[in-house]
Amino acid sequence: MVNLNTNYLGLKLINPLVPSASPLSKDLDTAKQLEDAGASALVMHSLFEERIESEAKRHDRFFHQQAIGHAEADSFHPLYFDYDSYQDRYLEQLHQLKTQLDIPIIASLNGTTPEGWIEYGKSIQQAGADALELNVYYIAADIELSAQAIEDQYLKILTELSHHVSIPITMKLSSQFSSPLHFIRKLEQAGANGVALFNRFYQPDIDLETLLITPKINLSSSAETLMRIRWVALLYGRVKLSIAVTGGFHTVEDIIKALLAGADVTHLCSILLEKGPQHLKQLLEELNTWLEQHEYESIQQLKGSLSQQHAINPADYERANYIEVLDSYTSSSGVLR
Amino acid sequence: MSKQSLLMIDGNQAAAIVAHKLNEVIAIYPITPASPMGEAADEWSSRGQTNLWGTVPEIIEMQSEAGAAGTIHGALQAGALATTFTASQGLLLMLPNMYKIAGELTPTVFHIASRSLACQALSIFGDHSDVMAARMTGFAMLSSNSPQEVMDLALIATAASLEGRLPILHFFDGFRTSHEQSKIKAFDDTIYHAMIDDEWVKTQHARGLSPEHPVLRGSSQNPDVYFQARESVNPYYSNMPDLMQKTMDLFASLTGRHYHLFDYIGDPRAERIIILMGSGAETVEETVDYLVKQGESIGAIKVRLFRPFSAKALITALPINCTNIAVLDRTKEPGADGEPLYKDVVTAIAQYCSSENCKFANMPRMIGGRYGLSSKEFTPAMVKAVFDHLKLPQQKNPFTIGIHDDVSHHSLIWDETFRTDAHSNTFQAVFFGLGSDGTVSANKNSIKIIGENTDLHAQGYFVYDSKKSGAVTISHLRFGPAPIHSTYLIAESDANFVACHQPIFLERYDMLDLATKDAVFLLNSAADDKTVWNTLPKKMQQQIIEKQIKFYRIDAYAVAEKTGMGKRINTIMQTCFFSISGILPKGEAILAIKQAVEKTYGKKHKRMVELNFQAIDETLACLHKIEVPQQVSSNIELHSPVPDSAPEFIRKVTGEIIAGHGDSLPVSLFPADGSYPLGTCAYEKRNLALEIPVWETDLCTQCGKCVMVCPHAVIRSKMFSTSDIADAPQTFKHTPMLGKDFPAGLEISYQVAPEDCTGCSLCVDICPIRDKSNASRKALNMVQQAPLKHQEKKNWDYFLSLPEYDRRLLKATTIKGAMVMQPLFEFSGACAGCGETPYLKLASQLFGDRMVVANATGCSSIYGGNLPTTPWAKNSEGRGPAWNNSLFEDNAEFGLGIRVAIDKLSEQAVELLNQLKSHIDKELVEVIINADQSNEAGLYDQRQRVTSLRQQLQSIDSSIAHQLLQLTGDLCKKSVWIVGGDGWAYDIGYGGLDHVLASGRNVNILVLDTEVYSNTGGQTSKATPRGAVAKFSASGKASAKKDLARLAMDYENVYVAHVAYAGKDTQTLRAFLEAEAHDGPSLIIAYSPCIAHGIDLSNNHQQQQLAVKSGHWPLFRFNPNRIKQGKNPMHLDSAAPSIPYQDFIRTEARFDMLWQTHPEDAEKYLVQAQRDVTHRYHYYQQLAELDWSDSMSVAAFKAKNKHKAEEI
Repeated sequence: MVNLNTNYLGLKLINPLVPSASPLSKDLDTAKQLEDAGASALVMHSLFEERIESEAKRHDRFFHQQAIGHAEADSFHPLYFDYDSYQDRYLEQLHQLKTQLDIPIIASLNGTTPEGWIEYGKSIQQAGADALELNVYYIAADIELSAQAIEDQYLKILTELSHHVSIPITMKLSSQFSSPLHFIRKLEQAGANGVALFNRFYQPDIDLETLLITPKINLSSSAETLMRIRWVALLYGRVKLSIAVTGGFHTVEDIIKALLAGADVTHLCSILLEKGPQHLKQLLEELNTWLEQHEYESIQQLKGSLSQQHAINPADYERANYIEVLDSYTSSSGVLR
Repeated sequence: MSKQSLLMIDGNQAAAIVAHKLNEVIAIYPITPASPMGEAADEWSSRGQTNLWGTVPEIIEMQSEAGAAGTIHGALQAGALATTFTASQGLLLMLPNMYKIAGELTPTVFHIASRSLACQALSIFGDHSDVMAARMTGFAMLSSNSPQEVMDLALIATAASLEGRLPILHFFDGFRTSHEQSKIKAFDDTIYHAMIDDEWVKTQHARGLSPEHPVLRGSSQNPDVYFQARESVNPYYSNMPDLMQKTMDLFASLTGRHYHLFDYIGDPRAERIIILMGSGAETVEETVDYLVKQGESIGAIKVRLFRPFSAKALITALPINCTNIAVLDRTKEPGADGEPLYKDVVTAIAQYCSSENCKFANMPRMIGGRYGLSSKEFTPAMVKAVFDHLKLPQQKNPFTIGIHDDVSHHSLIWDETFRTDAHSNTFQAVFFGLGSDGTVSANKNSIKIIGENTDLHAQGYFVYDSKKSGAVTISHLRFGPAPIHSTYLIAESDANFVACHQPIFLERYDMLDLATKDAVFLLNSAADDKTVWNTLPKKMQQQIIEKQIKFYRIDAYAVAEKTGMGKRINTIMQTCFFSISGILPKGEAILAIKQAVEKTYGKKHKRMVELNFQAIDETLACLHKIEVPQQVSSNIELHSPVPDSAPEFIRKVTGEIIAGHGDSLPVSLFPADGSYPLGTCAYEKRNLALEIPVWETDLCTQCGKCVMVCPHAVIRSKMFSTSDIADAPQTFKHTPMLGKDFPAGLEISYQVAPEDCTGCSLCVDICPIRDKSNASRKALNMVQQAPLKHQEKKNWDYFLSLPEYDRRLLKATTIKGAMVMQPLFEFSGACAGCGETPYLKLASQLFGDRMVVANATGCSSIYGGNLPTTPWAKNSEGRGPAWNNSLFEDNAEFGLGIRVAIDKLSEQAVELLNQLKSHIDKELVEVIINADQSNEAGLYDQRQRVTSLRQQLQSIDSSIAHQLLQLTGDLCKKSVWIVGGDGWAYDIGYGGLDHVLASGRNVNILVLDTEVYSNTGGQTSKATPRGAVAKFSASGKASAKKDLARLAMDYENVYVAHVAYAGKDTQTLRAFLEAEAHDGPSLIIAYSPCIAHGIDLSNNHQQQQLAVKSGHWPLFRFNPNRIKQGKNPMHLDSAAPSIPYQDFIRTEARFDMLWQTHPEDAEKYLVQAQRDVTHRYHYYQQLAELDWSDSMSVAAFKAKNKHKAEEI
């Protein structure tokens, strides 16, 4: 039997398959199915400060929109003040997951204001999360804003939050940094216990009929994993923090490659949404089989064995490989067409 | 004595608290001003709040007040404790059941916020016309005069009714007591238990009909016994006054508040007495207190138990020295020789004086007067005038007080400057706000803060205008150490504080007329401290200097913007009030506001709390006292409400009402039958829009959609030839007509009325054309109004001066063509972006010159016909829609009556015409009789013929010719439109609607379906969709929306259309044309997004489109004329549902809020609603595919689906 144990954010996990922040954690039954299928931990869907704010604003607008100044109607709806807010429901779900599941629960937070990160981060810790994933993203639409300034914002959030919470913190990052390795090292120095590479975002799409911009997100595909594997490979061994890969990990091959490159865990999302929580079990079995067939004893043994530091040809991770890639589309002169 | 907690609530809340506490079944139906009682009861039950006996009262909304009364009758007969709330016409609908309830000696209390009845006009305001119409039902009648009394007498009434077995009508003045915020003492359960003997409850339960101990009630009786049986109840009535007094005495021992059947106030040896009941008695009390101190020999009697009328108690209450009595009635019985209370008093005293041992030396002189109809002001000055009048040797009987009657000369004159000393220690504040700016809610909040945090008594009363967009609200707040009895508005030169929350009011209202010397004036203005003085009108500057008013300024919108509050200024203005009014120590006041904010937002929305706190702090920093110059420097005069060029009636009556001077208009200026001129909204330039649409001629494709969707008819298109516009203003925009339907040389203009636009932006939203190089630029774009106002006003006037294009040449079947037709429904006061009005405007464009409208009570009758102004208008020939509103419940029948009369008169005209054949051009007679009036040309020709007929008739001197002359108008086609909302069509008026559909008569029924009772504040109707939260469905509506179209289609002779103009405008247009062309009943059910959906109306079109796409609102037309041709009458105009139902409903707060309050129900209803949608679409789809030449298969299909629907 291969030892699948891994360590992520200081948490001892029984294997490296961790469902990532997704709607799967919204339903308690589905979460239990994931655990039963072998998930070693669970990242909850994100608590969005923006949504907390918009709910409050909506409530406020709704409350005040009622009055149009007509004698017969000083309001149009029964008004409730004692309902469960989005934040209440999130924290309750976190509490339920902690109570009913044995695996570690990593909560996810997306803040928009410095106070928000701290306030909601604290509430998540209080509700019993084992770790906190910060889902930080920033579309750098301001032409005056330098790369340094953006990185400083990330660091500031992390630094301040780590003063207020004691559970491990991991940063889920965008791929758009000029020098990701350097930046990740700075995150580590600022107290991050891990990074998740890389976040996928809604992209603005253009509706050709209405000419309106509509945000869109598609499920990922394995093609997206290679970029992530590269950066894991480059990162491995250069920092001490945990590394998770996320985005496009669908097959056991994807997973194994990530582990070879140096990931501590691989996050799964789209594939589980497509095939259901049970699919995790199959992936786990396939992983086990592959490791057995290839005579690995443990994940530990395999992890990072193809990182840049240990790669057969380390330069491959750094090369842009234009020519080879292009060539792969060119027929060999010996092939008859 | 038990502990009594203090509450800041209004009379409706007070009644509802007791009713909910002491009942098991509550049947409700919305009607102003009683609706809030039902709403509160429903909300409490939906939260599981229990009554005194630990069970949650069952609340059931009925289809009408008649239904509610029937339900209550049933519930009482089944042994439950049951009640209802109503007012006005609603009470009239309950009368038949009230006789039964009383006849069967059933204990119950109906709580009535008494209101005027609709006579020459509807009115939602308070008087006793309604309860007086119920005085013969056998209900006992008990009057409360203030919110505290409402609470107290509601409990006393319930106890007395249960013990004495008589039902009781507990009434209080609508829109005074019902809506007056006041600090009152509430009871704890020990008081309830002490007042209500559980044995009585057991007896009521035991009297319930039951097969365990069966009886027969409600028998029919013959002449031999009915009379005797009717007399058998007498002991209960003779017993009630003593029993009521005993109950009042018990209550006094528990609470310290002692009531009597007749409460006397004033000099114990008074000679002159006023007798009255209702909130006016409070004002009388205040005046009597003052005048007695001045040495006047006066007093007053407050009548509490009006039925059974206890002459004995009345006589006991009257002082022995009394020589002159004025009885004041807040009702009118035209033709009677006195109003009801007066006649009862006269009878009682006359009977007493003719008996032995009469305590009076002589029978007092007694006169009866009317006052306060429809909440007309009733002030101490008027009370004094009545007392003074009683001194005169010659007295008017009857008299009126409060109006100037220059027709019958019944009115008394009063001295408007008279004041009591009631306010020497009272702080009085008046606030002018916009309906939507939160002024009223902020003031209610202020009253709560002061009432609950201090020992001060507080009173709040709110005056609204009749508009729904840009409505003006005036809040009257009083605070003082003693209880406040002033049931009248804050008078001229009396206010210690005047606030103007919108600078636009500066030139409209004489606000500082209200200010007393040394008052504080607070102005929200964007002008800075240096320039703000010069923005004030001349008169206002004068008043500030003369009255030494302290003047403060804040730029509330700037503070709101800066602190992230958007456009919400209520907290900011409230902070200013507390900061400078001196009503509370500043620090204490600010702390109290902050606590109130925390209470509102709770722990959940900390950021909102922070935002509000920031706004409060920033307000304190930005509020400045303005140094008042010694000299007046302004030349600004107050706006004239209508132009000098307006017709006399508009200037003398309409204009005065707009200016807020309606109270001073004398009787002679009013049309006695309630007929008013059309087109008056056009005079009322409200300048509501911050931004107005600007037309880009280079992009426009002249599709006409903007004109189609404009809810206020402020964007118009007109066609003309180039030569017509030689004198056009330079900035007047026009462009050559595009399209093959139009001859060369024609131009078209799309012009906006800048001062009538509400800025809703729906025209820009619907505009389909974008600049190819800049997608953000459309053929219409919103631009700031102020810089354009002057120029566009000129252009608008010029546009109006151009002649209308000949209707005969327009293609009404295209949006572009139809939208060139002149709208005869314009500038209504409906909400900005209203979903209803575009349909009415469309009908007025297509048929306005031949339309008669029967309008059910509701939003459309309010924005359509609430004085001062009406949007219904005439064309240049003087033709236009003739409009009337009968009632809420009978509109279909009312419209049918109009149709029947028109048909009859037209038939008579033809008969007379035939009789005159030999005297008139024979050919003309033939052509008139057989005229085809199905199109504009035919209509035009017929009108020409009728004109020529009239000329010929003038020269014939015969009675037949004279008779025909009166009826010639009936030879021209008239289009009858029956218009109303879903509350009318689906609920209260459905029986009549159904009958009219079955009648086969040629009427056009337009149902403006907002899926709730919009006008009364969003109560559930049978049109409300499953899962929607509305008032009376606080936990989501559990049943599906009634399919009115399907019911109508079943008749197979009714034209039925389901339309949503932003879903498919051409389908809407076609439906209107087909409906009108159908020679039989037509029903158009029109989807009308409403503020009650919990959406911003700028999303009106998007919501319509989502409703159509999700299958919530399928578009179709069912044309029975096709059946005759063996064709399928059903035509589906929208595709199969293409988005999940969820994608529609999650965008509207009415549905979405259920996920927060009742998430499991929300999910359940969603699943069911999705099934409803799918089922309905399949049904319609199959109906559209049926072979209608085979009637058997049609019948079989319908039967099968009926069964399926029932299963669902």
